Amino acid sequence: MSLLQVTNLHATVGAQDEQKAILKGLNLTVNPGEVHAIMGPNGSGKSTLANVLSGRPGYTVTEGSMHLADADLAELEPHERAQIGLFLAFQYPVEIPGVSNMEFLKASVDSLARARGEDQTNTATFIKHIRQLATSVDLDPQFLKRGVNEGFSGGEKKRNEIMQLLLLEPKLAILDETDSGLDIDALQVVAEGVNRYKSENNGVVLITHYQRLLDYIVPDFVHVLADGKIIQSGDKSLALELEDKGYAWLT
Amino acid sequence: MTRDEAIIKKHTEDVYKYGFTTDIDQERAEVGLNEDTIRYISAKKNEPKWLLDWRLKAFDVWKKMESPDWAHLNISAIDYQSISYYASSKKKQYNSIDEVDPEILKTYEKLGIPLEEQKMLAGVAVDYVMDSDSVFTTFKEKLSEAGVIFCSISEAVQEHPELVKKYLGTVVPQRDNYFAALNSAVFSDGSFVYIPKGVRCPMELSTYFRINERNTGQFERTLIIADAGSHVSYLEGCTAPMRDENQLHAAVVELVALEDAEIKYSTVQNWYPGDENGKGGIYNFVTKRGLCGGARSKISWTQVETGSAITWKYPSVVLRGDDSVGEFYSVALTNNRQQADTGTKMIHMGKNTKSTIVSKGISAGRSENCYRGLVRISPTAENARNFTQCDSLLIGGECGAHTFPYIENKNNSAIIEHEASTSKVSDDQLFACQQRGIDSEKAVGMIVNGFCKEVFRELPMEFAVEAGKLLEVSLEGAVG
Repeated sequence: MSLLQVTNLHATVGAQDEQKAILKGLNLTVNPGEVHAIMGPNGSGKSTLANVLSGRPGYTVTEGSMHLADADLAELEPHERAQIGLFLAFQYPVEIPGVSNMEFLKASVDSLARARGEDQTNTATFIKHIRQLATSVDLDPQFLKRGVNEGFSGGEKKRNEIMQLLLLEPKLAILDETDSGLDIDALQVVAEGVNRYKSENNGVVLITHYQRLLDYIVPDFVHVLADGKIIQSGDKSLALELEDKGYAWLT
Repeated sequence: MTRDEAIIKKHTEDVYKYGFTTDIDQERAEVGLNEDTIRYISAKKNEPKWLLDWRLKAFDVWKKMESPDWAHLNISAIDYQSISYYASSKKKQYNSIDEVDPEILKTYEKLGIPLEEQKMLAGVAVDYVMDSDSVFTTFKEKLSEAGVIFCSISEAVQEHPELVKKYLGTVVPQRDNYFAALNSAVFSDGSFVYIPKGVRCPMELSTYFRINERNTGQFERTLIIADAGSHVSYLEGCTAPMRDENQLHAAVVELVALEDAEIKYSTVQNWYPGDENGKGGIYNFVTKRGLCGGARSKISWTQVETGSAITWKYPSVVLRGDDSVGEFYSVALTNNRQQADTGTKMIHMGKNTKSTIVSKGISAGRSENCYRGLVRISPTAENARNFTQCDSLLIGGECGAHTFPYIENKNNSAIIEHEASTSKVSDDQLFACQQRGIDSEKAVGMIVNGFCKEVFRELPMEFAVEAGKLLEVSLEGAVG
C-alpha cells in the first residue's frame, strides 16, 4: 500500500463567502522509503498542500481525497492526523511563551503514545534522549528549558523542527520550506537530520523553492506544482533543469 | 463557525461541577438589615458590649456611605434588605468528625476536599466554615503546644478578647469602604490566627469557606497576627454550590506582621461564577489588607481567582516598617459573563521598603478582566522600590482585558518599574500543538498554565497542583 495517496485534490482557503481555490486537482503518491520534492513558483499552492494535508484551520477540501496508509485524512482532526504519523515541519515555527520546549515535547510524545495505546516514556529516559537529539542537530540542550521557540533565531527554530522529527519518528514527514533562510552550515545540519530519519518504512515530502537542499537530501522524485496541479514529474535532474531554466518553460 | 466562535461556544457549555446544595437544618436571622439584626447576631454569638458597639458604629458609618462605582464592573443594584445576615447550622460544636452532619461531610467529599484523615496525615489543620459557623477544627492541640492560636474569630472573641480588641479594625477600619463597613457591622465568622514571638508555625494553616444557605450573604472576617520574628503560611480555598440568584460575599481579611515577622497568604477562589448568560453567581467584594508594622517584616499575597460572577478585590500591603517587603502574585481567570476588577495597593511608608506585583489576567468567553493597582511612595519612604508586571491573555475575540495602574510617587529616591503585556492564544499556537498530537483542549491548558507559572511558583505545593487543575477545569472544552 502507498504511504500517502492524494487523488484529484481540490482545496480552497478563506472564509465561506470569499473562498479562493488553490489546489485544483492534485495527484501525488508517496510509497514507503521514498523522498519526493515539490517545487514550483510562488503562489502555486505548495504550502497549501502541506496545510491541507495536516488539517490547518481555514482550508477546505472541496473535491478529491487524501489518505495516509488506510486512513482518510479528511475525517481526522489535526491532532489525530499527527497521532497516526503525519508530521509537518513548519515554514514559520510559532513561539509559545511560558511552555518550555521540554514540557511541550513530553506532552507531544505522551499524546502520541496514549493514542497508540503504548506506554508513556519515563521522564528520565525522555530527558536523556531529547538532550542527545538536541546536540545531534547542533542545538544547545539549554534550549529545551526555554519557551517553545521563544527568542530562537530562524536557524534554531528550523533545527528545533528537525529535532522534533527525529524524536517523533513519523510515518510521513512534510517539510515546508525548511531550507528557507538557512545558511549553508544550518542547511547541512537539517539535511543530515532528515537523512538520519529516512528509512524504508517512512516517506518524506520536501517542499522547497531551491535546488540547493536537494544536493544534500537526494529526492527519488521531483514534482513541479503550478496553479494547484502537478504539471511535471521527474527525477533529480528535473530540479537541476528548473534551476537552470526557471519555471516559465513549463507554465 | 470560526475557531474563536467554537472556543466561545464550548466555553459557554461548561457546567459548574460543584453545583449542588446541602440539606441541613439551619438557623437564620430574619431577612433584612437594621440595628436589631446586628443585635441579634451579636447576641447569638454572646459577644461583649464593646464588640456590639463596634458593630453598631460600623452600621452607622455604612448607612451614610454609597456603593463604590469606580470599578470596571457592571453590577445590578443589590437589595441589602432582602438578604439574611446570619445563618448557622443548629448543631454547634464537634469533638470528633463523627459528630459532624454527614450531609456536610458529603458536600466536602463532592468538592474533592481532601478531608479529615488525608488532611491530618498531610499535616494541615483545617478550620472548615460552612456558612457562618466554624464546624470543625483540627490540630488545635499541636498548634497550641507551639503557642499558636488558630480558631474561629467568634471563639477568639470569647477566649482572647484582648488580642481581638487590640487588632480588629486596625488595618481595615470600619469606614475604610462600603463593603468593609458592611462587613464590620454584620460579620458572622472567619478565622483568627495569632503566632507568638519568634515562633515558626509548625504547619500550613488552611480554611475552606463555603456559602451554603440560600439567600445568605457571607460576611467573613479574618484576622491574622504574626508577632515579632514569627512566620506563618495561611491557605484559603473556596467553592460554592450552584444558585440561581446572586449571592453577596463581603469579606474582610486583616494581616498584621510585626518586626521581622512574615505572613504568606494564599487563596484559591472557585465560587459559582453564574451560568453562560451571567445568571446567578457570587458577588465577591473583598477587602484584604496587610500591615507590615515592624521593621523587616514581610507580607505576601498569592491568589488564584477563577470563580464568582463579580470579583472586586485588592489585597494590599501597607509597608510601614523600614525594610519591609510586600508581594502580590495573582492569577485571575474570567469566562462567559464573569467580571473581575482586581489588583493590589502597595503603600510605601518606611525606608528601603520593597514591593513586587505580578498579575496574570486570563479572559475568555465574553468576560471582562481588569487589573487595578496602586503603588504609592510616601515622602518618608526613602529608597523605596517597586516592580510591577501585568500580563493579560485573551482567549477568543469577545472578551476584554484592561489595566489601570496608578503610581503616586512623592520621594525622588524611589525606583518604580512597570511592565505590561497583552497576548492572545493564537490559532497558530493551537495548530502547532495539534500538529504534534496534542489536542486543543490540552494545548490551551498548557499555554494558560505556562502563562501563570510565575504565580503558581509562589503557591504552596499542594495548592499549586490544585490551581493548575482548576484552570484546566475552568477551561474544559475551551476549544473544539
